[in-house]
Amino acid sequence: MLILECPYCGVKAEETELAPGGEAHLKRFGPGSPDEDFEAYMFARKNPKGVHFERWRHAYGCGKWFLAARCTATLEVFGTYPAQTTEPPADIVAKIMAKRPDWKGYK
Amino acid sequence: MSTRLAKGGRLIDRAAPQDFTFNGKRLRGFKGDTLAAALLANDQMLVGRSFKYHRPRGIVASGAEEPNALVNMGEGGRFEPNQRTTTTELFDGLTCTSQNHFPSLEFDIGVLNNYAARFLPAGFYYKTFIHPRAAWKHVFEPIIRQSAGLGKVPKDRDADRYEQAYAFCDLLITGGGIAGLQAALTAGKAGKRVWLMEQTAHWGGRAPVDGVEIDGTPAEAWVKNAVQALEAMENVTMRLRCMAAGSYDHGYVLADEKVADHTPGDGRPRHRLWRIRAGQIIAATGAIERPLSFAGNDIPGVMLAAAMRDYLVNWAVAPGDRTVVVTNNDDAYRTAIALKEAGLEVPVILDARATVTGDLPAKARALGIRVEAGKAIAKVKGGKRVTSVAICAQAGQGAVLEEIACDAVAMSGGWSPVVHLWSHCGGKLNWDAAQAHFAPDPARPPLNHDGSALVVTAGAASGVLLAGDVLANATAAAGGDVAPVASGPVEAAMEPVWVMPQGATIDLRMKMWLDYQNDVKVSDVQLAAREGYSSVEHTKRYTTLGMATDQGKLSNINGLAVLADSLSSPIPQVGTTTFRPPYTPVTFGALAGEARGDIFQPLRQTPIHAWHEAHNAYFEPVGLWRRPYCYPRPGETHEQAVHREVVNTRTNVGLLDASTLGKIIVKGPDAGKFLDMLYTNVMSNLGIGKCRYGLMCSEQGFLSDDGVVARIDEDTWLCHTTSGGADRIHAWMEDWLQCEWWDWQVYTANVTEQFAQIAVVGPNARKVLEKLGGMDVSKEALPFMQWADGEMGGFRVRAYRISFSGELSYEIAVPASEGRAFWDALVTAGAEFGMMPYGTEGLHVLRAEKGFIMIGDETDGTVIPQDLNLGWAISKKKADYLGKRGQERPFLASPDRWKLVGLETLDGSVIPDGSIAPAPGTNANGQRNTQGRVTSTYYSPTLKRGIAMGLVKGGLSRVGETIEMTRLDGSTLQVKIVDPVFYDKEGEKQNV
Repeated sequence: MLILECPYCGVKAEETELAPGGEAHLKRFGPGSPDEDFEAYMFARKNPKGVHFERWRHAYGCGKWFLAARCTATLEVFGTYPAQTTEPPADIVAKIMAKRPDWKGYK
Repeated sequence: MSTRLAKGGRLIDRAAPQDFTFNGKRLRGFKGDTLAAALLANDQMLVGRSFKYHRPRGIVASGAEEPNALVNMGEGGRFEPNQRTTTTELFDGLTCTSQNHFPSLEFDIGVLNNYAARFLPAGFYYKTFIHPRAAWKHVFEPIIRQSAGLGKVPKDRDADRYEQAYAFCDLLITGGGIAGLQAALTAGKAGKRVWLMEQTAHWGGRAPVDGVEIDGTPAEAWVKNAVQALEAMENVTMRLRCMAAGSYDHGYVLADEKVADHTPGDGRPRHRLWRIRAGQIIAATGAIERPLSFAGNDIPGVMLAAAMRDYLVNWAVAPGDRTVVVTNNDDAYRTAIALKEAGLEVPVILDARATVTGDLPAKARALGIRVEAGKAIAKVKGGKRVTSVAICAQAGQGAVLEEIACDAVAMSGGWSPVVHLWSHCGGKLNWDAAQAHFAPDPARPPLNHDGSALVVTAGAASGVLLAGDVLANATAAAGGDVAPVASGPVEAAMEPVWVMPQGATIDLRMKMWLDYQNDVKVSDVQLAAREGYSSVEHTKRYTTLGMATDQGKLSNINGLAVLADSLSSPIPQVGTTTFRPPYTPVTFGALAGEARGDIFQPLRQTPIHAWHEAHNAYFEPVGLWRRPYCYPRPGETHEQAVHREVVNTRTNVGLLDASTLGKIIVKGPDAGKFLDMLYTNVMSNLGIGKCRYGLMCSEQGFLSDDGVVARIDEDTWLCHTTSGGADRIHAWMEDWLQCEWWDWQVYTANVTEQFAQIAVVGPNARKVLEKLGGMDVSKEALPFMQWADGEMGGFRVRAYRISFSGELSYEIAVPASEGRAFWDALVTAGAEFGMMPYGTEGLHVLRAEKGFIMIGDETDGTVIPQDLNLGWAISKKKADYLGKRGQERPFLASPDRWKLVGLETLDGSVIPDGSIAPAPGTNANGQRNTQGRVTSTYYSPTLKRGIAMGLVKGGLSRVGETIEMTRLDGSTLQVKIVDPVFYDKEGEKQNV
């Protein structure tokens, strides 16, 4: 039962208020895209033990989607940020780098 | 025999006798007794039978770790099996019965298993019940089912109520012994919001029993002062009878408070389940004493040394007159001393250590107790009660040196910290070789959201066992620096003893119990090791060690030490099994809380619900909605009612409460562009005032929802979804708008509950609306697939000419608050035109007669619109829509796909639900091939025969073919493939 802070309304929301949305920063591939790209978009997920980026929706709160960076092994949360971005914000990346020096980056 | 002493008992009130029954026998205890203490006070040492061998079982422990003394508690609506007598507080009128025996506790046929024990070793099931194959179903399984399980299943509805509550604190301290109290005092004085909970009914834990002195006063007085000080702190909340069941992510803790277990029927909730968010958790959960593994260590009368001390000091109960104490540490001497000082006999203390020094043994010797160093128990003798012990050298193989008569044995194999709350959420353990136990490694704690330590242990849970160390450790855990000083005797080091005597022969090892409840012995674990079970987790499952209701609180460390020895591996390398919540069982009632009966889940009702109830509607669940299935009249079956409703709708006019239909407004400059991505067809070019049927697919291309879209104005559309799909589709829209196309200017609003929507359906529909009066509802003014705002019978309405039945049909929306009044007006106006309400089953039959698909019947998440002959609703011109790329995958274009057809039997009967069409040959798994299945099947009262839709390989190209289908019972029937539109193929009736 995680607690994640919604970056829109500022509420420290318990997991029962949130709906999970899987891995963040996926790139959509539409009609005409190669099979490998579409397959990766639909099915390939990192599922790391360690630093991970996820989509969450404050479903029983403000209704907004946001993204969270956390460690799947220790449940440490590095930060949450609005969903309207294609890559993690620099301050969160810096925070992760500081705490997990051997982290290879989100890609 | 075990008996109540004339004096003493710090927890009992001799002025308040309490009557109770055990197996129908009337017994008497005192207020403050646990059930176990009261049973022992009445010389009831035998309290149950073990699971596998049905061996006689007595009380072993005095707390939550008790594996044996489980009873069926209560009667009727308050019956509950597997209740631990050691944690059950006695109350007047308590009734309980022993478990797992037939016909009686004293004489149990199942004990035959005991004599066959040689043939029932570890893994017996896996080795035995393999051949012959058929015997499993007809012989083995019925016998195993008959003998499986402890206790009985409650038959009546639970008479009690349960509640759940939330709490938040900076610091949650679990355990109300001196460690927990000291941690709470420290944190409380520092101003933290503290919760302190204790699973028993008393503060103070073991210290008062053990005679500890703190800051120069007896522990009992120190505890009293500490509790008073804490009660005076506004920032400290204290709960007795409250067991922390589990710790979870980010400081979430579940705790079960036994509010009224000891006062049943007093009107309070029986349990309260606390859902707590703590900034940090201090586990001051103490330690549990381990048994020693010697032959006959399961015979009633053999108890943990500290438990025997508890019974003596807390409840003035002496489990035996002559007690032999056997130990590998100094602590058990306290029991011998306490027994002796109470005037009871201790014939000998057998200490497995070669040399015995220290304050406590000296005191025992001074009291005249014989202390034998380097000695062990070769065997305990007795059946339903200990009669004597045979003594041997610990270093040997068990040659008997002497036999001593006794009626009880107190054993101590050392102490293991209770690390459950530490381990539940990821805390790691270190092996402490000096004390022979696993203790929390402070360097590897479970982590909180910010990377700090979520759980800290205090006191014995940290692995420190002496009172002075406990208080210092607890003070530090809570961030303090000045700890009270506790004095006590100096204790010599313990010595690990895993098997007694260390070279015991197989005959002895076959009688050394590790897990009392599940009957796992030293020989079983050694057998598992020989058979290749090197992982502790596999050994646990193979032997069932630690899998009983006590979850191995007594047996795990001893078991894995025996395993490690058999594997010649160090203990830390073998490791522990995983600690999982709950710490002790939590009753289902507490987990369900108030969510039972009428408030099991929230129900959604339309504004017209009360009318349906008043008119004998039979309801069916549709998501969380309750919708009328049909409205049976007196003497009618549901089936007859449905048929009447369908025929009346086709011939006169029907009325349907369609308020549950999903209604989502999509608005904004980019709304048209957005809907073109969402639906498979084009919605942006829909004219204002017009309606269009649309399909929505997942990104994989599979059909997900359908409904009619209406264009309201230049930048506003209203999307109808299925009743069950409104919330899901609204969330789906928001996901795409927020996470993919966040620069598009579109707003959505789910207005499903803002409007009541009523369908007026049938040849007389227009007449009914004209009778109401108001807006022009003629074909010219409001043609098929258009909508108009207006006034009708004095109501503001929006009328849609859409049809899910193939009849002339209006769906009319009014504000929800006016829904019931509008419905009543329609009922009145329709009376002269033969209007009747119809329910969801009538709706299904009407749509199936027309070959209209239903999401969830014709679709199952693997069906694309093209499978349902809905290619016409898929735009070929659009560059993109959700699901288009998925539908480009070659396998979805295969001619072998199952496609929608109509199905009918040759004799007009109805094809049963679930029928499938087999095909020749078998698949890779050796199962029969199939070529199709039924998706919707009904009796059509309009056509007076069965009609069905189904998905069949090849689809409409096979119209006219007859295929064989198989019913669920395996019988077959001949089915003809036909067009799925059974009624009014040209669609003339809806367009009038």
